[in-house]
Amino acid sequence: MNGSFLLTMIWAIPFITAVALLPVCRDDHRRIKMISLVGNSLNLLLVIGLTFAFINVSTGHPVAAGAKASQFYFTAQVPWLQMMHIEYNIGVDAISVLMMLLTAIVIFCGVLASWGVEKQAKEFFVLLNVLVAGVYGVFVSVDLFTFFVFYEIAVLPMYLLIGLWGTGKKEYASMKLTLMLVAGSAFILAGILALYFASGLNTFDLQLLSQHHFSPQFQYWVFPIIFVGFGVLGALYPFHTWSPDGHASAPTAVSMLHAGVLMKLGGYGCLRVGMYLLPEGANMWMSFFLVLVTINVLYGAFGAIKQTDLKYITAYSSVSHCGLVLFGFTALTFTGIKGGVLQMISHGLMTALFFCLIGMIYGRTHTRTVSEMGGLMKVMPFLSVAYVIVGLAGLGLPSLSGFVAEANVFVGSFSNPTTLNRICTVLAVLSIVVTAVYVLRAVNGLVNGPIADRFLTLTDASPLEKIPVTILLFCLFGMGILPGWIVDLVNEAVHPIYNNLMR
Amino acid sequence: MADFIFFHSYLILFFPLLSFAVIGLGHIHSDNRFVAKLAITLSSLSMGYALLTTLAYLIRLPHLPERTMLAYNVAWLNFSPGLTANLGMYLDPISVMMLVVVTVISLLVNIYSVGYMKDDRSFNRFFALLALFSFSMLGLVTSGNILQMFVFWELVGVSSYSLIGFWYEKPSAVAASKKAFIITRFADAFFLLGIILVSFYSQSFSFQTLNSPETAVLLNRTVVIAGFPLNLLTLATLLIFTGGWGKSAMFPLHVWLPDAMEGPTPVSSIIHSATMVVAGVYLTARMFPLFAASESTLFFIQCIGAFTALFAAVIAITQMDIKRILAFSTLSQLGYMIFSLGAAKVCAEGGHHGPVVNLLGYSAAMYHVFTHAFFKCMLFLGAGAVIHAVHSNDILKMGGLKKLMPRTYWSLLVACLAIGGIFPFSGFWSKDMILLASLQSGHYVTFLVGLITGGLTAFYMFRFFFLIFHGEARSQLHHVHEDPWMTWPIMALTVPTIFAGLLEHTFVEQVLPPHLSEASHFAHPAWLPWLATLVAIAGIGGAWVLYGAGKTEKATALKKAFGSLHTIVQDKFYIDEVYLFVTHKIIFARIAAPIKWFDRHVVDGAMNLCGWLLQLGGRIVRLVQSGQLHFYLGATVVGLIALLFMGQ
Repeated sequence: MNGSFLLTMIWAIPFITAVALLPVCRDDHRRIKMISLVGNSLNLLLVIGLTFAFINVSTGHPVAAGAKASQFYFTAQVPWLQMMHIEYNIGVDAISVLMMLLTAIVIFCGVLASWGVEKQAKEFFVLLNVLVAGVYGVFVSVDLFTFFVFYEIAVLPMYLLIGLWGTGKKEYASMKLTLMLVAGSAFILAGILALYFASGLNTFDLQLLSQHHFSPQFQYWVFPIIFVGFGVLGALYPFHTWSPDGHASAPTAVSMLHAGVLMKLGGYGCLRVGMYLLPEGANMWMSFFLVLVTINVLYGAFGAIKQTDLKYITAYSSVSHCGLVLFGFTALTFTGIKGGVLQMISHGLMTALFFCLIGMIYGRTHTRTVSEMGGLMKVMPFLSVAYVIVGLAGLGLPSLSGFVAEANVFVGSFSNPTTLNRICTVLAVLSIVVTAVYVLRAVNGLVNGPIADRFLTLTDASPLEKIPVTILLFCLFGMGILPGWIVDLVNEAVHPIYNNLMR
Repeated sequence: MADFIFFHSYLILFFPLLSFAVIGLGHIHSDNRFVAKLAITLSSLSMGYALLTTLAYLIRLPHLPERTMLAYNVAWLNFSPGLTANLGMYLDPISVMMLVVVTVISLLVNIYSVGYMKDDRSFNRFFALLALFSFSMLGLVTSGNILQMFVFWELVGVSSYSLIGFWYEKPSAVAASKKAFIITRFADAFFLLGIILVSFYSQSFSFQTLNSPETAVLLNRTVVIAGFPLNLLTLATLLIFTGGWGKSAMFPLHVWLPDAMEGPTPVSSIIHSATMVVAGVYLTARMFPLFAASESTLFFIQCIGAFTALFAAVIAITQMDIKRILAFSTLSQLGYMIFSLGAAKVCAEGGHHGPVVNLLGYSAAMYHVFTHAFFKCMLFLGAGAVIHAVHSNDILKMGGLKKLMPRTYWSLLVACLAIGGIFPFSGFWSKDMILLASLQSGHYVTFLVGLITGGLTAFYMFRFFFLIFHGEARSQLHHVHEDPWMTWPIMALTVPTIFAGLLEHTFVEQVLPPHLSEASHFAHPAWLPWLATLVAIAGIGGAWVLYGAGKTEKATALKKAFGSLHTIVQDKFYIDEVYLFVTHKIIFARIAAPIKWFDRHVVDGAMNLCGWLLQLGGRIVRLVQSGQLHFYLGATVVGLIALLFMGQ
C-alpha cells in the first residue's frame, strides 16, 4: 500500500466509523460498540503496520548528519484552497508515528473501557470517533492550516462529551475546558497567520516555512504566542486549571483520551510549530518558560498531595508530568528534547491506564474519595495490582516507561550549563520525592489497609475489562524494559530539530 | 569453558526472574507445595550458576587487569551520541563475594519460608516477591555501570516496599512500607543527581571509567554555588553517597529500618539485615576509587558511620521487641561497615610522604559485610522461629525456651558470640580488622567509638539471648516446637559463622578496589585483639549479671535509676517525631495545603474572573442591543449631531 494513502486512511477510518454509526438503531448498543471496536482495531493494525513500514523506510533513508530540516516520510501534497495556497499536505516523522501509535493504543483501550456506556451510546461513540480522527489528522499534517483544522476537530467534541456524559459539575467543567482551550486556539491561529504573512511565501507548508529565516524581532513576539497557545493544552502553568475539573468530570474513555493523547497535542505543537519554526524565539524565551514549567512540575506534585479525589490526584499528577514534557523541551539540549518526547509517550500510556482503572474502580465502589476506600487488594487483586504498577510508573520506577523518559529529561536538562537550568534541574529531580509521596498515599489509601464491609462483595475485573488494562501494562513494561527502538526512532527525529535550534 | 560460563552468567538473574514471573503470573492460586518446590529449585539453580561463575572468575583471576571484568555488556538506553547506558555483568572481588552471599542466603531463606509462611493465605505471593527481590539484588551487585545500578537499586527498593507491606490489611505494616519507600526515595533523588553530575563531566556511566584516576582529576575543580566555593568531586561523591546513606539507613535517615520489621521475619532476615541494607556500603565500595580522591568525603563517611554505630547500639539496649533489637543491631553494624570504608586511605603514618594509601578499611568493610550477612541472617531466622513458636514479639513474654527449642538455642548462641566478637567466631575477625583500620586511620575517636560499640553489642545481644532462652517462661506457652523447615537453614548458617574467620587473609590480600592496588598494612599491635575481647567479655558479663538468670528484676531497678534518660533512649531520641513534624506540620500543612488553596482560589479564581468579566461585558453590550427601534433611532440622531459638531 502507498504510504501516504495509508496516512489518509488512518485519519479517515474513524470518520468513516462515525458515519457508519449514524444509520444504526439507537438502542442497538451492541452493534454500535462493535462497529467502533472494529473500526479502531482496524486502525490499530494499520498504525502498527505504519510503524513497521516507517522503521523500514527511515533506516533505508536516514536523516543526514547535521541536517536542519525534519525529514518527513510518506509525504503527499494535494491542493485544497487554491487562492490561499492551502494544501492537503501530509507526511510523518518518527515523533508523529509514535504519537499515532500511542493514540491507536489508547483509543482501542478506551473503546473497550467504555463498553459500559448506556446513555445515548450512539452519540457518544460518534463524537469519540470524530475526536480521534482529529487527533490523527493533527499528527499527519505538514500544512499548518490543515494542522489547525484537525486540531479544532479534536478539541471541540470534548465539550459535548464532558457536558453530556460527565459526572459532577460537568456543565461548568466542560464549559471551562472548552473556553480555555479555544482561547489557546485563538493564540495559535494568530501565530500561524503571523507566520503566513511575515514569511511572504504565501504558504502554510511547515517545511517551506522552516527554511525561511524570520527576523529576530518577529520571532521574539510570535514565539510566546504560539508556545502559550499550545501550552494551554499542555497544562502550562498558570493555564492548567481546566485540567483537574475537566478530567474529574469527564467519562472514563474521554479522560483516557484527553489526558493520554490530547494533552500531548500541546507539547507536540510547541515542538513542531513553536520551536521548529522559530528557533531564535525559542532561545530568547526559554529561561522564562523554564521557570514556568519548573513551577508546573513542583506545583502539580505538591498540589496532588492534598487532593482526596482519585481523579483530581491523577489530574494534578498530569500537570506535573506534562510539565516534565515541556521541561525537557525548554532545556534546549538534544537529550532534553528527546526526553520530552519520550515523556509524552510514557505519560500518555500511564495516565490512560490511570483513568481507565479509576473508571473501573469507581464503577464498583461508587466513590472516588481515597479516604472512603481501602483494602481493595483483597477483593479486586487484578485492578489493585495494576493500580500499584501504574502508580510506580508514575513515580518513575526503572523497568517502567516513566524512568526512561524522566532520566532523559533530567540528564538533558542538566547538560545545559546555565545556572538557571542547573537549579531548575535540581528542583525537578527532587520533585520525584513528592511524586512518591502522593502516589503512595493514594495507593495505600486505595488498595491497602483494612477493607470496609460494604466493599466485601465487589468483584474483580471482568475478562473484557482485563484486556485494555493488560495492553497498557504491557506497553508500560515494554517501553521501560526495551526502550532501544523507541529511543532510536526519536533520536532520528530530534536531531534535525535540535540542529535547527542551535544554528 | 570459562568464557562459556561468563557468556551465560545472565542465568544467575534469569532464574529468580523466571520464578517471579511463573509464580506471579501463572500460579498465584496454585498448590503451595508446587510453588515452594518451584521456588526452591530455581533458587538452587541460581545459586549453582553463581558458584560456577565464581569458580570461573577465580580461575581467570590471575589474568585480569585490576581484578575486574565485564562478563557481558549490551547497550540499553541511549542518552546522547556520546552517552549510552549499558546492561552488563561486572565481576570483581566484591561482586563475586556478594553473588555468593545473596544466592546462598536467598536459598536458605526460601527453604525457611516454607515453614514460616505455611499457614499464610498469600503463601504464593510471598515466594513471587522474594524471587523478585533476589533478582533485583543480584542485578544490583553485578551492575556494570552506575545507571544500571540505580535501576536495580530502585527495584530492590520496590521489592522491599511490597514485602514490608506484605500483610496489607495491617495498617502499621502499610505505614511502615510507605515510610521505607519515601525515605529511601528521598535519598535516591540525590543519588540520581550525583549520577547526572558525574555522567555529565565524564560522559560515561561505566564504573571502569568513573573509577579511573582521570575522572577524579576531571572532577577535581572548584565551583562557586551561591557564594560558597565547593569542590565538585566532594559534591558529586557526597550526592552519590546519599543514595547509600538512605539505603543503608545511616543516621538520620535510619528511621525506616526499625519500622520495616513489620514485614514477615524471613523478609527482615534477607532484605533488612543480610543483603539489601548493605547496598549502601556496597555502593560506596564500588565507587571507592572516586570517593578516595576526596578526603572530605571519606572523613564525612567515617563520622556518619561511627556515630550511627554508637547511636543505634545505645538504643538497642533499651528495646523490648525481639525484631527491633535486631534492627538496631543491624544499624549499628552497618555503621561499622561505613566507618570502616571511611577509614581506608586516610593514613596518619604517611608523614612527610603525603597520605599513604591504606586499603585495610576497605577490605575490612567488605569482610564485615560477608560475616555479618551470615550471622545476622541467622539471628533473624532464629528470632522468627521463636516468634513462630511463642506468637509474640515481646522478649518480656519469652524466657525458658532453652529446653523447648534446643537447636535454635545452640545456633543462636553461636550467632551471638559471633556478633559479640568472641574468638574464634567470624565476627571477631572482621571486627578486629575494622578496629585496626580505624586505629591506622589516625582518627582515634572513631576507634574508641568502635571499641565501645563492640562492648555494647555484646551486652545487648546477650541481653536478648538470656531473656529469650534462660530462666523460666514468663508467659503461657502452647505447643512450642521446632519446625525442621526452619531449623535446618538456621543450623546450616552456623557453618559460615564459625569458619568465615579462615578467610581473613584472602580478604586482606584479594578484596581490594581497582586502581589503588597498594597492599594493606596489616601490622597488628598485639594488644588490640586482647583489648577487643576484653571489652566484649565485659559486655557479656554485664548481660549475665543483669539477665543471666532470665529475670528482669535487676534491670528494672537499674532502669528506674536512669529514669527519664532511659525513656528518651527507649523512644529512640524522638527522631520519628521530628520526621512527623516536618512532613505533616511543615510540608503538608505549610506547603501542600496552601498550594491547593492557591490553585483553587487564585489561579482558578483568575480564570473564573475572566469568564465573569466576559459575561459582564456581554450584559453591558446587551443593554445597547435592546432591539427597540426608537432607541436605535435616537442613538442615530445623537450620533449624527455629534458628527456634525466634530466636522466643524
